[in-house]
Amino acid sequence: MEVKSKDTGILKRIAGPVVTAINFDAHMYDVVKVGNEQLMGEVIKIDGEDIIIQVYESTTGIRPGEPVTNTGLSLAVELGPGLLTSIYDGIQRPLEVLIEKMGNFISRGVTAPGLNHEKKWEFVPVVNKGDEVKPGQIIGTVQETRSIVHKIMIPPNAKGGKVTKIEAGSFTVDDIVIELDSKEKFPMMQKWPVRVPRPYVEKHSPSIPLLTGQRILDGLFPIAKGGTAAIPGPFGSGKTVTQQQLAKWSDAEIVVYIGCGERGNEMTEVLTEFPELTDPKTGNSLMERTILIANTSNMPVAAREASVYTGITIAEYFRDQGYDVALMADSTSRWAEAMREICSRLEEMPGEEGYPAYLSSRLSEFYERAGLVESLNGGSGSVSVIGAVSPAGGDFSEPVTQNTLRIVKVFWALDASLSRKRHFPAINWLQSYSLYQGQLTEYFDEKVSPEWNKLRAWAMEVLQKEAELQEIVQLVGSDALPETEQITIEVARMLRELFLQQNGFDPVDTYCDLAKQLDMFKMINYFAELAYAAQAAGVPPAQILAVKAKNEMPQIKFTKDYKPLLDSIYKGLDEEFKALRA
Amino acid sequence: MKEYKTVSKIAGPLVFVEKTEPVSYEEQVSFVLPDGTMKRGQVLDTSDDLVVVQCFETTTGLGKDTGVRFLGETFKMPVSKSMLGRILSGGGKPIDGGPDIVPDKRLDIEGAAINPYARGSPRDFIQTGISTIDGTNTLVRGQKLPIFSSAGLPHNEIALQIARQAKVPGSDEAFAVVFAAMGITREEANYFMADFERTGALERAVVFLNLADDPAVERTVTPRLALTTAEYLAYDLGYHVLVILTDMTNYCEALRQIGAAREEVPGRRGYPGYMYTNLACIYERAGIIKGLKGSVTQIPILTMPGDDITHPIPDLTGYITEGQIVISPELHRKGIYPPINVLPSLSRLMNLGIGAGLTREDHKKVSDMLYSGYAEGVDLRGLVAIVGKDALSERDQKFLEFADVFENRFVRQGADEDRSIAQTLDLGWDLFQGLPESELEKRIDRDLIKKYHPKYRG
Repeated sequence: MEVKSKDTGILKRIAGPVVTAINFDAHMYDVVKVGNEQLMGEVIKIDGEDIIIQVYESTTGIRPGEPVTNTGLSLAVELGPGLLTSIYDGIQRPLEVLIEKMGNFISRGVTAPGLNHEKKWEFVPVVNKGDEVKPGQIIGTVQETRSIVHKIMIPPNAKGGKVTKIEAGSFTVDDIVIELDSKEKFPMMQKWPVRVPRPYVEKHSPSIPLLTGQRILDGLFPIAKGGTAAIPGPFGSGKTVTQQQLAKWSDAEIVVYIGCGERGNEMTEVLTEFPELTDPKTGNSLMERTILIANTSNMPVAAREASVYTGITIAEYFRDQGYDVALMADSTSRWAEAMREICSRLEEMPGEEGYPAYLSSRLSEFYERAGLVESLNGGSGSVSVIGAVSPAGGDFSEPVTQNTLRIVKVFWALDASLSRKRHFPAINWLQSYSLYQGQLTEYFDEKVSPEWNKLRAWAMEVLQKEAELQEIVQLVGSDALPETEQITIEVARMLRELFLQQNGFDPVDTYCDLAKQLDMFKMINYFAELAYAAQAAGVPPAQILAVKAKNEMPQIKFTKDYKPLLDSIYKGLDEEFKALRA
Repeated sequence: MKEYKTVSKIAGPLVFVEKTEPVSYEEQVSFVLPDGTMKRGQVLDTSDDLVVVQCFETTTGLGKDTGVRFLGETFKMPVSKSMLGRILSGGGKPIDGGPDIVPDKRLDIEGAAINPYARGSPRDFIQTGISTIDGTNTLVRGQKLPIFSSAGLPHNEIALQIARQAKVPGSDEAFAVVFAAMGITREEANYFMADFERTGALERAVVFLNLADDPAVERTVTPRLALTTAEYLAYDLGYHVLVILTDMTNYCEALRQIGAAREEVPGRRGYPGYMYTNLACIYERAGIIKGLKGSVTQIPILTMPGDDITHPIPDLTGYITEGQIVISPELHRKGIYPPINVLPSLSRLMNLGIGAGLTREDHKKVSDMLYSGYAEGVDLRGLVAIVGKDALSERDQKFLEFADVFENRFVRQGADEDRSIAQTLDLGWDLFQGLPESELEKRIDRDLIKKYHPKYRG
């Protein structure tokens, strides 16, 4: 390959993942190859003669005077059939391929394309010769996995025109599948720079919930399809478990899971578990709708910075095909720390707690790439983003949490004191909120039951009331409470223990659909009504609380066909309360 | 080899050398003093006109007349099977009077990240014989589970008890211990060594000792040497290796010292902003690799300054490791050994290693019930202090008593008491007799209660 002299420079200084080079032309975010081993890097600062580069691989052993080559391209991902079921590092190198190329440990200087370029896919055109096609338009399909049909599109930045050639057949991602009268030819694969959001026509206000099968989320703090949510919490409070539950059970069609600066063993867990789990919607393996990006905490920090962009670009690509995509980023704090590390190596003036001053704008740019959109081809698709935040010392006032909360609309606050009591998911119901509640009311009214919103409001009220009463109980003991309040305390306890607590490791309880959630809401509400009525009729609270039928209620959670059990509970409640009042 | 005499500045552990040939990043350096003494260092920053070298030993005696040799390679460590039974300094030199290590291999001490796709799933339950670990915070092979302690607590005793008793029930595979001490006192070191010798553990151990009066900068190398050795024993020789690192707090202090000398922008409480990544490069070197026989399991010990779990050292550690075992001054003051407070303790990989076919089918539910019962009891203690015990309902009184019994029977055990997992779980069921059965049913399926509750077992 002939390289023009101005594309090649030499290294001047190496200090960790940031290196300085001189004597070549560069633009911001150009991808460069650093040193004799051709390590991948990216230009992040230009300062007079000095060009400052962050390197995605370890720079140990590199010395001044080694060459630097500018590729002239920005960091881009390969988009096309073969993405699903993949597991990538932060810069879209398939980890499976890396094992073949460099063994069990991550070494460096190895490139690996994001897609398999040899594999042939069955391409089925959906447009004909002579049709006019526009940028973003779907021109054909590939059955990528049993669950997902991959839609092949004209790239967004193309001119478009009349189709002069298109046919069905077996192609690699590089083979030309369509030719236009504008002289443009396209293979199935597109490349897209990760730092640039993919274009769309219009963003819409989301009105359909992203159902998760998790009672506290669907029931109390729902997120919309195309919405954004943050899960902050100290270590050990269950961020990762919650993220994984969402990746497993949310009713998105595509899931992109980014393990950003987290534990290696955790990614292994996802890798071994997901292929064995079945998608409740399609009955196929969950892996068939999933793309994993794993840049563990000890992998190079610059690639960690890139990993969230790689993930969201892939998510947007499936959104453009008309899918509902859910993206989980675990953890955005590690991403912010990667920015902090790079920033401090640049000797830039830091903002709060050493984080770069641009932290807030980077976070908002990222979350802004979520949304329900009308795509260029007129279809509708969404990207929902759920970011875990790991606040230092569990203190929510730190910069990453605060800057995130200013952007996202759903806040699931994890609480270490709940996880210590083994109340899982350890989401604090008093601190958390969802700003989508209003937009989603209609959906729950029409699709679930007109009672849903009322029961939800009632449950929140009881829980709120309990918090107030607990303060009194702390001072005077529960016996001193008025009789009605003693029943409120018991009802709140039932809401917490039966409805909010959910065992993610129990095969049945791990996923709870809306119908069952409604039944559980109703059951607790029914008990509350009977209990208050009995109390008003003069039955002492101690007798009400001793009702045996309520001891059966927990079994509902662990029983698949719970209806007969539910009927017997209702029957038992009716009989016992009747006896009490007699 | 070319020797430069161009030292321009020395600040703390850092030596600035001018006008050299191109020197590579992280290259090893020898300093030659006028009297012939050699000291070791490593390049931290390299450019055409200035090279910054971090000296691993004290910089006493270094000056502008010091000769600087660049060795042309990164820090490599000689490893061999004959290291078992040896005692080495924090910098990797034998200090037990024995011969030098004859290397089978020389390995880069930084290690490389395990490709997440190559990792095997940790699922072999390690029985430590300590109920609060086995029962409620189970350790599995390939896990990194730190002990969070405070000054004056028996974390060393607990670490030794684990090292002594740890086994995988029903397995007799080769087992080794790598012990790395960073900045501990001579007395503590003697305590460890005496125990290793008493129990014969030394022959299957490799010991690295960086004591309190050894150079602080050397501490940044010690855990890397230990883990390089552990990886060699595990992945090349097929040993199951337990690595004990103590005390990580001293390691972090050394990092802060170097950061300050480099005039870096500090992060929280003066610790470097890259401390998370730096610690991760140590802790993540635990695991199992698919298709290879051995494993590396880590138990790092750290003392929390001021018993503050939100301090950056335990905080960052907790975010990287797979759980933590927290030692409590309150339990210690009550005279309970091992004073492990299960409430803030956690083992993230526990669910992979327990259950039917691994430990016992009731393990998860017993553990959850013990946790919630104890948590509720502890909460009620606060209430009792205000309103008195009599104001509690009958149900609450039972939980209050449960918390006491839990501490006295489940947590408390002898320093040489090695409980099997069945004993631990049965002990749990024994304690459940004090709780109403309707409470048990909230967390445990009825079938399990019928099978294991002493009331039904007769």
